[in-house]
Amino acid sequence: MKRHGHPYIPNSQPEIKAEMMREIGINSTNELYADVPQKYHLKNPLNLPAEGLAEFEVKKHVENLLSKNKTCADMPVFLGAGCWPHYVPAAVKEIVQRSEFLTSYTPYQPEISQGMLQTLFEYQSMICELTAMDVANCSMYDWASALGEAARMASRVTKRNEILVPRIINPERLATLKVYTEPADIKISEIDYNRETGQLDLADLKNKISEKTAAVYIENPSYLGFIEEQIDEIARMAHTRGALLIVGVDPTSLGILRPPGDYGADIVIGEAQPLGNPMNFGGPLLGIFACRDDLNLVRQMPGRIIGLTTNVDGSQQGFCMTMQTREQHIRREKATSNICSNEALCAVASAVYMALLGPQGLRELGETIMCKANYAMRLLSRIGGVKVPVFKSAHFKEFTVNFDGVGASVKRMHERLLQTGIHGGKDVSREFPELGETALYCITEIHSQEEIELLAKTLESIVSKR
Amino acid sequence: MFKQARWNEPLIFNLGKAGRVGYSLPKVEDTVKKAVGDLNTLIPENMQRKKAPKLPELSEPEVVRHYMRLSEMNYGVDSGFYPLGSCTMKYNPKINETLASLPTIGMIHPNQDGSTVQGILEILYRLEGWLAELTGTDEVCLQPAAGAHGEFLGALIIRAYHKFNGETDKRREMLIPDSAHGTNPASAAMAGFNVVVVPSDEDGCVDVEALKAAVSEKTAGLMLTNPNTLGVFEKNIEEIAKIIHEAGGLLYYDGANLNPLLCKVRPGDMGFDIVHINIHKTFSTPHGGGGPGAGPVGVTRELCKFLPVPRIVFDGERYRLDYDRPYSVGKIRGFYGNVAVLLKAYAYILSMGAEGLKEAAEVSVLNANYVMHKLKSVRGLTLPYNSEKPRKHECVFSAKQLKNDTGISALNIAKRLLDYGVHAPTIYFPLIVEEALMIEPTETFEKEELDRFVEAIHKICEEAYVNPETVLKAPSNTAVQRLDEVKASHPKTMTLSWRMYLKKQNATNP
Repeated sequence: MKRHGHPYIPNSQPEIKAEMMREIGINSTNELYADVPQKYHLKNPLNLPAEGLAEFEVKKHVENLLSKNKTCADMPVFLGAGCWPHYVPAAVKEIVQRSEFLTSYTPYQPEISQGMLQTLFEYQSMICELTAMDVANCSMYDWASALGEAARMASRVTKRNEILVPRIINPERLATLKVYTEPADIKISEIDYNRETGQLDLADLKNKISEKTAAVYIENPSYLGFIEEQIDEIARMAHTRGALLIVGVDPTSLGILRPPGDYGADIVIGEAQPLGNPMNFGGPLLGIFACRDDLNLVRQMPGRIIGLTTNVDGSQQGFCMTMQTREQHIRREKATSNICSNEALCAVASAVYMALLGPQGLRELGETIMCKANYAMRLLSRIGGVKVPVFKSAHFKEFTVNFDGVGASVKRMHERLLQTGIHGGKDVSREFPELGETALYCITEIHSQEEIELLAKTLESIVSKR
Repeated sequence: MFKQARWNEPLIFNLGKAGRVGYSLPKVEDTVKKAVGDLNTLIPENMQRKKAPKLPELSEPEVVRHYMRLSEMNYGVDSGFYPLGSCTMKYNPKINETLASLPTIGMIHPNQDGSTVQGILEILYRLEGWLAELTGTDEVCLQPAAGAHGEFLGALIIRAYHKFNGETDKRREMLIPDSAHGTNPASAAMAGFNVVVVPSDEDGCVDVEALKAAVSEKTAGLMLTNPNTLGVFEKNIEEIAKIIHEAGGLLYYDGANLNPLLCKVRPGDMGFDIVHINIHKTFSTPHGGGGPGAGPVGVTRELCKFLPVPRIVFDGERYRLDYDRPYSVGKIRGFYGNVAVLLKAYAYILSMGAEGLKEAAEVSVLNANYVMHKLKSVRGLTLPYNSEKPRKHECVFSAKQLKNDTGISALNIAKRLLDYGVHAPTIYFPLIVEEALMIEPTETFEKEELDRFVEAIHKICEEAYVNPETVLKAPSNTAVQRLDEVKASHPKTMTLSWRMYLKKQNATNP
């Protein structure tokens, strides 16, 4: 080691180290590893950079590598599908970089962690307002794992082991659901959809729902962007058979769309990344998890929950983690989930974001997105051979674009778009073969009229040259 | 003396005024508005939101001030000593934050065409390689979002392995030492295993005879933390590995305590088949008040085929995502992992180099043993399980004697420590130590800070004998005084949201 030690390690300075070793009566730190069998002591250097780089060199190296990426700022990107490009206000970034928040651990000692606890309580409370639910936890890893946990929770609550999900669902989410539920012997069945509208096929739901159904899961807006309208009927069917209704949401829609708590949802999950968190190539994300104020539900919830309390003599209000008897550090193998580390700082970002926008901002955000997305749909649908959207239903932020009439694959169309500096939507033709050559496009508040028109114009010229 | 900020900061719902806003959104262009027309005609009537969410209405400065004040009532590694055992609260280098906030990572979408994300794929691919090298495994998967998520994946891989061998129904038992983290049994149970607890011996290590008695043809594997939660290295690891492997099980390494072994000893060399790594502990990324972290999992060659999809592959020219893995366990989350967190770990390894990582490991162990040495003389505290043995990254004292003598418990010591401006150690864990104080200083803190901590513990334990009242009413220098955690969880008083608060208010004062 260098004479002055490493900048991150104060006691690596040789004299201090020697003094400490003297104090505990050793000559080398290796003596502290004397109980490790000799055969396991590494003899040869590992295949890693041997010496650390200077901070400037690290910065240059990483910046160089990252500059090989093309971002949403370099080209218009029309991707969504579970991770969405939205603007993150500077005030959000400022707060999440406060090192009292950033460098703290899970608030095990509430008296010294009131800031994080109150912020997370506010996050929970604002998620409750947005979804019209009573209780929310302070984060899940993401929407997909939240779905897995919601299914397991529904099964515990109802003591049943079948979950019905829509056939139109994000395949990664479905895959995660299956991985989470398989060990608990929970069966996943898919409910078909109406080929014209995309809406859930209620006759199929009626056929498949039974006394074994723990929950019916729907997404609103759906994975393919359309709004599911038959919610009241679906809720009624689920509840009549004693099943829970789980609803997955994109929270940016909830300023204008009816919240799931209004139509009988028992559990609400979703992805709060769009509320103040950058895409970061898909992570960290922020899973929403909320439920009704019903002890049978709350006691089975996964994850950390922050609650309001007072100090011991009742004179001061404060916050702490609650219902910990559900959790792994107390209940071990009988815990409702194994979650320990979660996505707390992303929840802080979302709390600040929701506080900045308020009710008006959330409405305006929803309106802006819906307006721009529908404008894009109109423009694209005028291109000969291109069908937009595939389903005759209302769409919010995402919509399907079908190229069957053009006689070109999504892949080919997207390669052509990319050559002109535009990144098209997600290719879903392998996910839903019955929809043909179809892509899922996403428009948010960051897409300008100009970019939308450029997309339409470029697609049109690609099509017309065929 | 320490004095934490104490703002009398109301809940955000009690701030602001109707009509105030803290945002500005891009305007919808007139042409767009006109073309689309009235949105109400686009949204089906029964799907329109009729009542606005009751969110607060504040201007930007009010929001910023509110959360700045709240942040001042929080305590992080940058505030002071944070010896939270098993949590490895080391310094979070600032350069890593700078890099992770670049738009060249923040503004890339996970489904972008491979040609537009070569930079991040290269970083992740290299990081996988480094982590495999550091843990002595063959391949590493970066997807798990947290340590426990990695454990869940590890348990799923064990399940997939036995299924592959046609033994799913037979191998249902996961062995877990009584000193293990709570996440181990919880993760094993989530993956469908029955948990069999293995007791510790007088050294605090796995009782080998008990382990031999516990293994059978039903054994799926053993989840082990090494060094264990007492900070003690499992001296019989070679024999343990042999017992498990001969019984047909797999050996799982809980990486919560990997820090003291970096570039010194590798789990893979000790016979572990599956290893998870807590990036937010060992690789310096901040805990963010609970997360996000990352919990990559490394496995032996034989188990690579079970890793989740997609895998990052490199053909010598380009990086791409490979989904074609027929034996994969599938997906445990959306997309590929907590990428922004992983980027910070990549920068950390670059800043440290193998030499620096080894230094971090050694100094973390030196610091723990230094603190342990100095605390041995504290009246009322004892060091259970062979007090002569060196510890690795952490040490666990018991305040049982102190409690018997004075009534002052580990909890009381923890609360009083807050008054000294020190975060408390982990308490009441591991479960095999009564009145446990689990202390992990990490390599981050200077000798002077360690000395201050030791002095604080000395003082508090003295106070316990002469003036227990001071300790019992602690903390008084924090933003709030000792909280009633029972009230927070009692069904009658439980308030988990502002909505519930208002509901309870209305019920009591209609």
